[in-house]
Amino acid sequence: MTKPTWKNPVVKWIDHRLPIFTFIDHSAIQHPTPRNLNYFWNFGSLLGFILVVMIASGIILSMNYTANASLAFDSVERIMRDVNYGWLIRYVHMNGASMFFIVVYLHIFRGLYYGSYKQPRELLWIIGILIFLTMMATAFLGYVLPWGQMSFWGATVITNLFSVIPFFGDTIVTWLWSGFSVDNPTLNKFFSLHYLLPFIIFGLVFIHLWALHTHGSNNPTGIDVKGDKDEIPFHPYYTVKDAFGLGFFLVIFLGFVFFAPNFFGEPDNYIEANPLVTPPHIVPEWYFLPYYAILRAVPDNFIDVWGWLPVIIPAKTAGVICMFASILLLAALPWLDTSKVRSANYRPTYFWLYWIFLINTIILGFVGAKPAEGAWLLIGRLSTLYYFLHLLVLIPLVGRFEKTKPLPDSISSSVISVSTKDEEPANA
Amino acid sequence: MVTTSQDKKKETVDDTKRDFLLYSTYTVGAVGALAAAWPFIDSMNPSKDVLALASTELDLSSVEEGQSITAMWRGKPVFIRKRTADEIKLAKSIKLSELKDPQSDGDRVQKDQWLVLVGICTHLGCIPSGQKGGDVKGDFNGWFCPCHGSHYDTSGRIRKGPAPKNLDVPPYRFTNETNIIIG
Ligand code: HEM
Ligand code: FES
Repeated sequence: MTKPTWKNPVVKWIDHRLPIFTFIDHSAIQHPTPRNLNYFWNFGSLLGFILVVMIASGIILSMNYTANASLAFDSVERIMRDVNYGWLIRYVHMNGASMFFIVVYLHIFRGLYYGSYKQPRELLWIIGILIFLTMMATAFLGYVLPWGQMSFWGATVITNLFSVIPFFGDTIVTWLWSGFSVDNPTLNKFFSLHYLLPFIIFGLVFIHLWALHTHGSNNPTGIDVKGDKDEIPFHPYYTVKDAFGLGFFLVIFLGFVFFAPNFFGEPDNYIEANPLVTPPHIVPEWYFLPYYAILRAVPDNFIDVWGWLPVIIPAKTAGVICMFASILLLAALPWLDTSKVRSANYRPTYFWLYWIFLINTIILGFVGAKPAEGAWLLIGRLSTLYYFLHLLVLIPLVGRFEKTKPLPDSISSSVISVSTKDEEPANA
Repeated sequence: MVTTSQDKKKETVDDTKRDFLLYSTYTVGAVGALAAAWPFIDSMNPSKDVLALASTELDLSSVEEGQSITAMWRGKPVFIRKRTADEIKLAKSIKLSELKDPQSDGDRVQKDQWLVLVGICTHLGCIPSGQKGGDVKGDFNGWFCPCHGSHYDTSGRIRKGPAPKNLDVPPYRFTNETNIIIG
């Protein structure tokens, strides 16, 4: 990589003292990137874009929102009806959250398919999981703010999850609430934290990118970069590709904002919170449904089927443990997966396990939206079992026994052998 | 290197003393940091005005047999039910061995007819249905929590579903036949 020479005297003066332009040049312009990235590599920059949109629309909403239990609901209605373009900003923020999760799920499943979590990108992956967890916390806190029925009862159910912590559970829940139930002090606190966490995510994204740029992006073949021939500069090749993807994304995103703004929402959240009446069917936002299904699927002796432990783990505790484990286990994937080959394109058995796991997760999502009874409960239990079977048994085993396909010699040979023998990166 | 008088002094450094100073500084610093953090943490515990929420007093003379009312106490709903003879009999007939959280009906009421409960599911805090005539009451004819399907019996005990414990009985006392103070 060459050190840029700056012509503009102001830029030159600044860069000599604070090499910020050199930094940008290295990390976003020259940054050598595998020449064969496909569209699944668009989602990272898209996530960055959505984060900025969420922060911008959120700050503007805060200018008219009131974090008080008796005023919050009405202040949101005022934003919708009276504030100039308030409806637009709120719908952007609401649907932006759903888009954020759609894109982050695609981003994560991209990583699972191409083995992006493997050595040397383990920390990059773990920071990603931390970002994901912080996103979930932020979304949960934000959903409480409009103080509708789902806000209130969602907050009640989720905060109560912490009551399973041994000995201190109730003390912690009281502390989370700042009272004896979800109430005004809870709402105030949640607003404060909802404002804070996106900035923490912002910081985490920087660390995520730092780790990314240390070893560079993975790529569809999953093999390491071997020389200059395998790479092209980030700009203009990937800036253009990312911009094209962004345009495509905006069509979908704004399509929801303008034509189906409440598609992802629950009508019950347009009813003001009532601490005396639980809606007959409470469901979390769609992006939490698979975890919600796991939470409810777990029967009394799930963790300790053979009764080895001296204490009985009740369904409530076991459900919470399994729910958190379902996410935290992903952080252990770099060590659970014993295969040296990254990309599923060269792993015939893992390829199928990957798709079954993906479908199983979607099934869990559907189960999470249904009452935990009868056939749904049974399906939920089987899917939960399979989720853990995949991560804890199948993934470690398949890496040992699978016969992988031969890997290409290099990234460039994998690209060029399918097209002509021509070395123009524009065909990549 | 030239040996100076300073280097000679170095040889007489007392490492034990230095370690002691270092570790005591760390310790005092850590204790200080914790002490400084506590007000921030404790500020999120219930404040005085929240704690001071007075007890709730109610006149139950207009409640009919087989009818329930819901009162508010510390921001939580309290279920007060005037039980029918059948409900009492059913509640008393259950063997303790059949219960997930064994407790006899007698330990849960002061007067057989009046059942007083915190109306919050012990699973994850939803309000069970069963207070009004037409409500779903679950398989045991008491209350049913819609959130994840917990069934409570006519003594408010958990009988089926994910909730681990019986509905709580709040502290309360009767000042006369029909006047009750909760809290
Ligand atoms: C706000 C959330 C996030 C943002 C803004 C973000 C941003 C990015 C960006 C810009 C890239 C580079 C472009 C790309 O490869 O797509 C990237 C790569 C990556 N991200 Fe994220 N990310 C986020 C969340 C996550 C999460 C939740 C995970 C995993 C659980 C994750 C795992 C990864 C991995 C493994 C890579 C390297 C992929 C590769 O090179 O193949 N990220 N991220
Ligand atoms: S909160 Fe009542 S069953 Fe879960």
